[in-house]
Amino acid sequence: MPNINTNEFRAGLKLMIDGDPCSIIENEFVKPGKGQAFVRTRFRNLKNRRVIERTFKSGESMEAADVMEVELQYLYSDGEMYHFMHAGNFEQHAADAETVADAAQWLKEQDTCIITLWNGAPIAVTPPNFVTLEITETDPGLRGDTASGATKPATVQTGAVIKVPLFIEVGESVKIDTRTGEYVSRAKG
Amino acid sequence: MSLEPRADGQAWRPGIDLDILRLRARYLRAIRAYFDERGVMEVDTPVLCATTVTDPAISSLHTRDRSGRLWYLQTSPEFSMKRLLAMGSGSIFQLSRAFRDGERGRYHNIEFTMLEWYRVGFDHHRLMDDIEALLDRLLGPGEEPARRLSFREAFERFAGFDPFVVDLDTLHEACGAYRFDSRRAKADRDTCLDWLLAEVVQPALGAGRVFVLDFPASRAALAKIRPGDFPVAERFELYIDGIEIANGYHELRDADELRRRMSVEYRRRLGANVDSDPESIPKPDERLIAAHAAGLPACAGVALGFDRLLMLAAGRTGLAQVLPFAGQIA
Repeated sequence: MPNINTNEFRAGLKLMIDGDPCSIIENEFVKPGKGQAFVRTRFRNLKNRRVIERTFKSGESMEAADVMEVELQYLYSDGEMYHFMHAGNFEQHAADAETVADAAQWLKEQDTCIITLWNGAPIAVTPPNFVTLEITETDPGLRGDTASGATKPATVQTGAVIKVPLFIEVGESVKIDTRTGEYVSRAKG
Repeated sequence: MSLEPRADGQAWRPGIDLDILRLRARYLRAIRAYFDERGVMEVDTPVLCATTVTDPAISSLHTRDRSGRLWYLQTSPEFSMKRLLAMGSGSIFQLSRAFRDGERGRYHNIEFTMLEWYRVGFDHHRLMDDIEALLDRLLGPGEEPARRLSFREAFERFAGFDPFVVDLDTLHEACGAYRFDSRRAKADRDTCLDWLLAEVVQPALGAGRVFVLDFPASRAALAKIRPGDFPVAERFELYIDGIEIANGYHELRDADELRRRMSVEYRRRLGANVDSDPESIPKPDERLIAAHAAGLPACAGVALGFDRLLMLAAGRTGLAQVLPFAGQIA
C-alpha cells in the first residue's frame, strides 16, 4: 500500500499503526512558535476497537491500510466459523468467533451486516443497528401490564439475554437496538 | 464547528455573528489609538513580495504572474518593515494579513491578521512591558504582572530536565511517553524540544499571561544571540491561558550573521523536501541583508496573532468563531 503524508490526513483515513489497521477519528495541527509543526492524531484500532493517540512530525508518511467495509448477508455458523455472502456477486467470506466477537449474539440468518475487510480478510463484524428476534424463553407474561415500566429477562433465538417488559411472551418477535442491547418494541407482523 | 462550506441555502452567511464583528472593529480601533498615543507610526507594506522567509517550518503560498515571475504571499510583514526601519522610519506598527500554507486547525487559518510592531531603542524586556500595557488596554488589567520564565526554567519545572544539557536518548524517551515516535520521525534535539514544549510545557503554564524567553540559539530565528555557557536567543513567546499569542525578538542587526542564518535555512530546506515546487524554495533576501548592512537601528519587534487575541477576549475556543470567513467559507 502507498505511504500517506500527514498533509493528507483526514477523518476516516485508514493507516497501519503498530502493525494494526487503524482509522483516523480526528487530527489536529499543532505548531509551537518558531519550531516544527506536528499532527496530533486519534485513531481507532479496527481490530480491537481501542482508541489510541499518536503524533507525527508534519510531513512524515505512514503506510495506508488496505481496509474496506462491505455489506454482507449472514448465512450460517458451522460452530467454528461464521459465513457471510455478498448479495450481488455471491462472494463468500468466513470470520472466526474472535472476529465476530460480541456481534455473534445478534446474528440472524439472512440479516445484512457490515464486514470490515483488511487485506481481503474479515477483521470486524458490525450487526445491523436494529434486529428483530424471537423470544425463546421468559417468565409468563402479565397481561395488561404495559405501564409499570418493570422488566424481566428474556432469551432470544440467538441466545442473547435482554430485558423486556413484563407483557412479552415466548414466541413473540421483538425489535432490539444492537448498539445498546436494549429492547425497542414489539415487532409488527 | 466546520471549516467546510455549508451545503444548505445558508452558504452565503459569514461564520460569525454581529457582536464579534463589532468586537473586531473595536479592537482594531483601540490598537491604532494605543500606538498613536505613543508616537508609533502605522505603516502598510505589500502582502505580495518577490521574497519571503527561509525558515523551513514556515511555508509561503506562492504564485507566478503572466510573465513567469514568482511572488510570495507574506507570512509576516517583517522583512518590509525592517527595510523601513533601516530607512529611518522610527518605531512602526502594522495590522496586516499573513498567509501560511498548510496551517489549518483550531488555532490556525491559512490567512490571518497579524499585529506586528517595532520599537526603536527597546530591548526585548522593554518590549514585553509594552505588550503588557497594550493587553491591559485591550483585555483589562491583568490580575498580576505577566510571569517571565526562561525556556530553561520552564523545562526544568514542567518537564523535569535541563533542555540545554539533556541527551538525545532522554528526549526520545520523553517524546515516546507523550505519543510522538521521535526516533521513527528521525527528529533532532530541537524537534523533540518543540514537541515537548507544545505537549508538556505549554499546557502546564496555566491560566493568565506568561512570557517564555531565552530560547536555545538554534531556535533564534532573527533574534540576537546572547553569548554564555549556553548561548540563548533574546526571543520570547507570550502565552495567555496556555495559548501562544505573540513571538518577539531583540532584533539581530548583523548583516553577515543574517546571511549565514538564512543560507543555513535555505540549504536545510533544499534537503528537507517540504516544498512541492522546488523552484519556489525561497532564497536569502538580498535586499533585507543589504538593509542590515546599511544599518538596522537597535530595536525589538513582535508579531501578535490578532485573531487569537480576539478569540480569548470573546471567550471563544477556536479561530473560526472570530473570523468572518474562516477556512473554505472565504
